[in-house]
Amino acid sequence: MKDFIEGSEAIARVVALCKPGVISAYPITPQTHIVEFLAEMVAEGKLKSQFVNVESEHSAASAVLGAVATGQRVFTASSSQGLILMSEVLFNAAGMRMPVVLVCVNRALSAPINIWNDHQDSMALRDSGVIQLYGESNQEVADLILQAYRLAEDPHILLPVMVCLDGYILSHGYEVVDIPEEDKVLGFLPDFNPPERLDPADPKSFGPLAGPEYYMEIRHDLHQALKRALALIPEVATQFAHIFGRNSGGLVEPYQLEGAEMAIVAAGSVCGTIKETIDTLRAKGKKVGLLRIITYRPFPEEEIIQNLLKVPMVAVLDRSISLGATGPIYCDIRAVFQGQKPSPKISGFIAGLGGRDITPDTIMEIFERLPGSQVSDQFIGLKDGD
Amino acid sequence: MFEHLLSPGHTACAGCGQSLAARLVIDAAGPNTIVVNNTGCLEVFSTTYPDSAWQVPFIHSLFENAAAVASGVEAALRQSGRIDDIRVIAQAGDGGTADIGFQALSGMWERGHDVLSVCYDNEAYMNTGVQRSGLTPLYTSTTTSPYGRVLPGNLRPKKNMVEIAVAHGIPYVATASVGFPLDLQRKVKKAISIRGPKFIHIHVPCPLGWRHEPSLTYQIARLAVETCLFPLIEYEEGVLTGVHTITAPKPVEDYLKLQGRFRHLFKPGNEGLVSEIQKIADQNRERYHLTKKVENGSH
Repeated sequence: MKDFIEGSEAIARVVALCKPGVISAYPITPQTHIVEFLAEMVAEGKLKSQFVNVESEHSAASAVLGAVATGQRVFTASSSQGLILMSEVLFNAAGMRMPVVLVCVNRALSAPINIWNDHQDSMALRDSGVIQLYGESNQEVADLILQAYRLAEDPHILLPVMVCLDGYILSHGYEVVDIPEEDKVLGFLPDFNPPERLDPADPKSFGPLAGPEYYMEIRHDLHQALKRALALIPEVATQFAHIFGRNSGGLVEPYQLEGAEMAIVAAGSVCGTIKETIDTLRAKGKKVGLLRIITYRPFPEEEIIQNLLKVPMVAVLDRSISLGATGPIYCDIRAVFQGQKPSPKISGFIAGLGGRDITPDTIMEIFERLPGSQVSDQFIGLKDGD
Repeated sequence: MFEHLLSPGHTACAGCGQSLAARLVIDAAGPNTIVVNNTGCLEVFSTTYPDSAWQVPFIHSLFENAAAVASGVEAALRQSGRIDDIRVIAQAGDGGTADIGFQALSGMWERGHDVLSVCYDNEAYMNTGVQRSGLTPLYTSTTTSPYGRVLPGNLRPKKNMVEIAVAHGIPYVATASVGFPLDLQRKVKKAISIRGPKFIHIHVPCPLGWRHEPSLTYQIARLAVETCLFPLIEYEEGVLTGVHTITAPKPVEDYLKLQGRFRHLFKPGNEGLVSEIQKIADQNRERYHLTKKVENGSH
């Protein structure tokens, strides 16, 4: 059913359709509306869920970890400082193979304190074992949530999955979103039935100490689980398209890459702006394209090589920076082409930090700079220039 | 099958007060219990992969979040309609209760979850090497509050977790000791029969950290109670309803002299330090009416 609603409301409605048994969250701008919508649904009896109003994000993630270990589907959400505060638990949840689904409403990290959009928060979790998916639009974000539960709870995966959306731009933006019908959701997402759970009928111990003689194999297993997700993610997206009739999710989305001489790589809502700019430039005869990253972890190395191998010049637009080095996506992409023949010239650009707007002009500037000397950490849009 | 729900074969030190208390707690709670444990000696010695000594479902996540994890476990049981049949225990050492775990514990109590929290208080961060905690008593020598030429050991008294628990308005709060095992088990059984948040603070000697003979664990635990340094009390709905009376309190020296962590107190010139510790015992005695002579049933 289509409705013109705020991104946060779309997310809440889809989460409710997935019927999580336990929801726990701590408010932080710009995530707040999501949990407020969910709280209202619970209060009205529209969603029969335990809503645990914890005293911090660390406890929110811990509560959902405990609940999922006890056999209930769960949900939490956070941003920025809250995500970083719960990061200890998220690393722990991945290691314990807990299928927690969470939403990250992307927001910049302190310091300075800033409540507007960039990707620094979710990028800080890239080593954690949590699967990361980036939505371009509110529709896709809503769809990714359904796919996230399917993915997280798959018995061959059993990992936390984080759906990322740009703070304010998507979370507080109004779009027409098609909220799926309940019966279709039931067809796509089976009941949560974890292979292991806390139950006196079959006592098990979770979270042991593993010494040097055991730890590495367990972590290797975890890494393999993430790599298995690379095969499952496109399958889930295909299943989704089959049931709901639209393409959402997957590993990457190529846009106008056929015969492209220059391409931008980026993630999130900025890709909407990039697509429009590409349309404008293509109309003028410029051969430009976009490779949109939807799944960032696990890192879709094969798809990236396949799509960019023949593009002579690639600009990676990071909405975050690994301070002292380069943008994280740039770092991964540059590494992937080591030893590949041919290999594009790859330049790294940093834009849109702390909610600084990325406009078609920003994208044009990147395309203008790309043919020049190779850069790895070029800030675009600084007031004093760089 | 197994006689105890925390079975033998784990790797606790000889004379470990916590392992004794943990076994007494889970045996009293019974098999329909889910145990949530903070990081510390207990989870390390009882669940070193690939072994586990637990005959009930058990989960260890991190150092500071047992209470939050337990809140989630309880919520899940509530959601599946099993909260009336299955008990939840959130347990931790002094750090996981009074310091790093304090926030999550306070939150769980405030929200009123049906969980029994247990503190195994051995008065320092033992698992990491005997560093001082908020529950380390005055003038105890620990590795981060050592006795030296300039400093006399830990400079602060124990944080009063019992009064903090009572201030949260939870229905049942009690102290217990491995020196009084039947009393401990009675309190556990009583606690789990009550719905809502409960807290039991258990005093457990640590032969390694306290530097005493492993065979003296039980006696030392009893002496802590008999000197009034560790009162055995019960609060129900905020009212002090149970007090273990000490007919003739022993002087604190009887307790302190058996432990290496207090050896410095017996150096000439440190008598004043011992008097301050005696004062704490006397204050406990008065506050909780620990001695026999009690006016008009005021407990």
